[in-house]
Amino acid sequence: MQLPTEFCRLSGPARMFTFSGHTNPDNMDQPTRQEHATRYWNANLRIMAVLLAIWFAVSFGAGILLREWLDQFRIGGFGLGFWFAQQGSIYVFVLLIFVYVYLMNRLDAKFRFDR
Amino acid sequence: MDVQTWTYLLVIVTFALYIGIAIWSRASSTKDFYVAGGGVSPLANGMATAADWMSAASFISMAGIIAFAGYDGSVYLMGWTGGYVLLALLLAPYLRKFGRFTVPDFIGERYYSKTARIVAVCCALLVSFTYVAGQMRGVGVVFSRFLEVDINTGVVIGMVIVLFYAVLGGMKGITYTQVAQYCVLIFAFMVPAIFISIQMTGNPVPQVGMGATLADGSGTYLLDKLDGLSTELGFAAYTDGTKNMMDVFCITLALMVGTAGLPHVIVRFFTVRRVRDARKSAGLALLFIAILYTTAPAVSVFAKTNLLKTVSGQPYAEMPAWFKNWEKTGLLVFEDKNGDGLIQYVSGPDNELIVDRDIMVLANPEIAALPAWVIALVAAGGLAAALSTAAGLLLVISSAISHDLIKNVLKPEITEKQELWLARGAATIAVVVAGYFGINPPDFVAAVVALAFGLAAASFFPAILLGIFYKRMNSKGAVSGMVVGISLMLFYMLKFKFGLFDGGKEAVDALEADWWWGISPEGFGTLAMVANFATALLVNALTPPPPEHIQNLVEDIRTPEGAPPAGSH
Repeated sequence: MQLPTEFCRLSGPARMFTFSGHTNPDNMDQPTRQEHATRYWNANLRIMAVLLAIWFAVSFGAGILLREWLDQFRIGGFGLGFWFAQQGSIYVFVLLIFVYVYLMNRLDAKFRFDR
Repeated sequence: MDVQTWTYLLVIVTFALYIGIAIWSRASSTKDFYVAGGGVSPLANGMATAADWMSAASFISMAGIIAFAGYDGSVYLMGWTGGYVLLALLLAPYLRKFGRFTVPDFIGERYYSKTARIVAVCCALLVSFTYVAGQMRGVGVVFSRFLEVDINTGVVIGMVIVLFYAVLGGMKGITYTQVAQYCVLIFAFMVPAIFISIQMTGNPVPQVGMGATLADGSGTYLLDKLDGLSTELGFAAYTDGTKNMMDVFCITLALMVGTAGLPHVIVRFFTVRRVRDARKSAGLALLFIAILYTTAPAVSVFAKTNLLKTVSGQPYAEMPAWFKNWEKTGLLVFEDKNGDGLIQYVSGPDNELIVDRDIMVLANPEIAALPAWVIALVAAGGLAAALSTAAGLLLVISSAISHDLIKNVLKPEITEKQELWLARGAATIAVVVAGYFGINPPDFVAAVVALAFGLAAASFFPAILLGIFYKRMNSKGAVSGMVVGISLMLFYMLKFKFGLFDGGKEAVDALEADWWWGISPEGFGTLAMVANFATALLVNALTPPPPEHIQNLVEDIRTPEGAPPAGSH
């Protein structure tokens, strides 16, 4: 949970864009607001990519493309592919959004966007 | 007490509750009217979104559709829930940060163009009107069956109720009535499902009961039993589909993307205070929706098995009372073709029984011989589902007219007070038009409701997505993408759903062989969306980038801090 302080490409006029509360008098070890936002955005995109890959895998993957093959495995009366299509994918969707909420709240705090 | 008395009692009590909430939550400003004042809690917004989203189609028709489609019905289950993942991850937080009143607001400002705003208004009206007509019809059907009033009287009663709280309270009134309606509809859906699950499998959780063994001690799995019954009668096995995989894929994707692009769902995320609340309420909304959406396929299996066991090969004279009741409504039709007095329910020309799919939920408690109050509950739940969705759609229609068209394009000089009255007037007109379609349903309503998703997928989704994730996206690209996407979707729908270019509705079935790549009109939204993306990116590459302040705006909506209160300009 620390601010990215390893960047120092800032000079005079850009000072107004640094983060209040963490403004360094020397103004040399703060990223620009722009860089800070870009780093946040890239982290956000990585979270999204992973979660959307799972989203695709459980619905289009397990529920449609691999359904017939998965149906050879059974859980109770369900073929596994059929279960994913009518039950499992929906449970995973709900979980995915709550995982997203958790990860993004953490990311917001890390980048001090949570105010 | 009999079913009729119970139904009157429950309907009157729930309606009184909705009206009470409407009086308590009157709107006093345009901000109240459009976004409920912008301070709705994530929990309330999640429930309201769930009720807004789950329409008469979800409550009354979906389980029935799945009961007759088997595995193929999965497209609705995955499609109408998976869209929330897209909404939560790709759209809701950024639109909340942007913080205005409507979807055309975003399109109009992000693409710095009145043309873009007007195209978006047209798409919003097209999508919402097709959708709302089906809701009013649903209200009429429930009234006519359960309260034995005329279907048109039912529609008028529904109109008056919606008019009352939508016009008086705007989004504020709608939000809090939707919270109540969610509670009513989920209770009404779950109670019969739990009863029947215990009856058939001994397991009180329908989601588990669906995959359990029968309670008759035979040790047979319910799904195997249903597969067996279906194939015996010449139908496809329940757990196998008949649609081709490409079509299943495309329909699912079109429904998901369409869900994420529906304006009446998106606006709900303008009503919460912060970006993190928007994320959280998307999760809660899907959780509340998932309770019904994972139960529905279980209801389908219970109802279909019960139906086959009760009617198939049985003497017509010995049918229970519910059979005769539903025959009266025309939703159940028996014709003794071979005159043997038995009901042959089979695949092919020898079939003697036509079952309307809506019966599967509405008659399910009667088929399973549940107590009268449970049967009455289904009526109250169906009404809650239809009314809550209708109200959400009416608000989109009214704000598209008063806010986007009049305030932002035609007459920017009107005061807030005038705009609020205009919004109320537009809502009134929209209710009347929706009621007209409910009473005189054009025969294409049912068909078009499913296609509203294709239209939303082909128009809004790409424009909003590119607006957030591609800073260089310009106005010309986005507008041409939307126009190409929605035109292509309309063309395909008119050609293959209505046979407009090939001699009318009778020709539609024969045209199936000509479907592009075997994709049905329901799934075509996926291709129209791809066409939208391709056109938008191509035109964008050939035209100058957007002005710098727009690129800064995109930068700004990507970070969640200090989201302006909704509706601030």
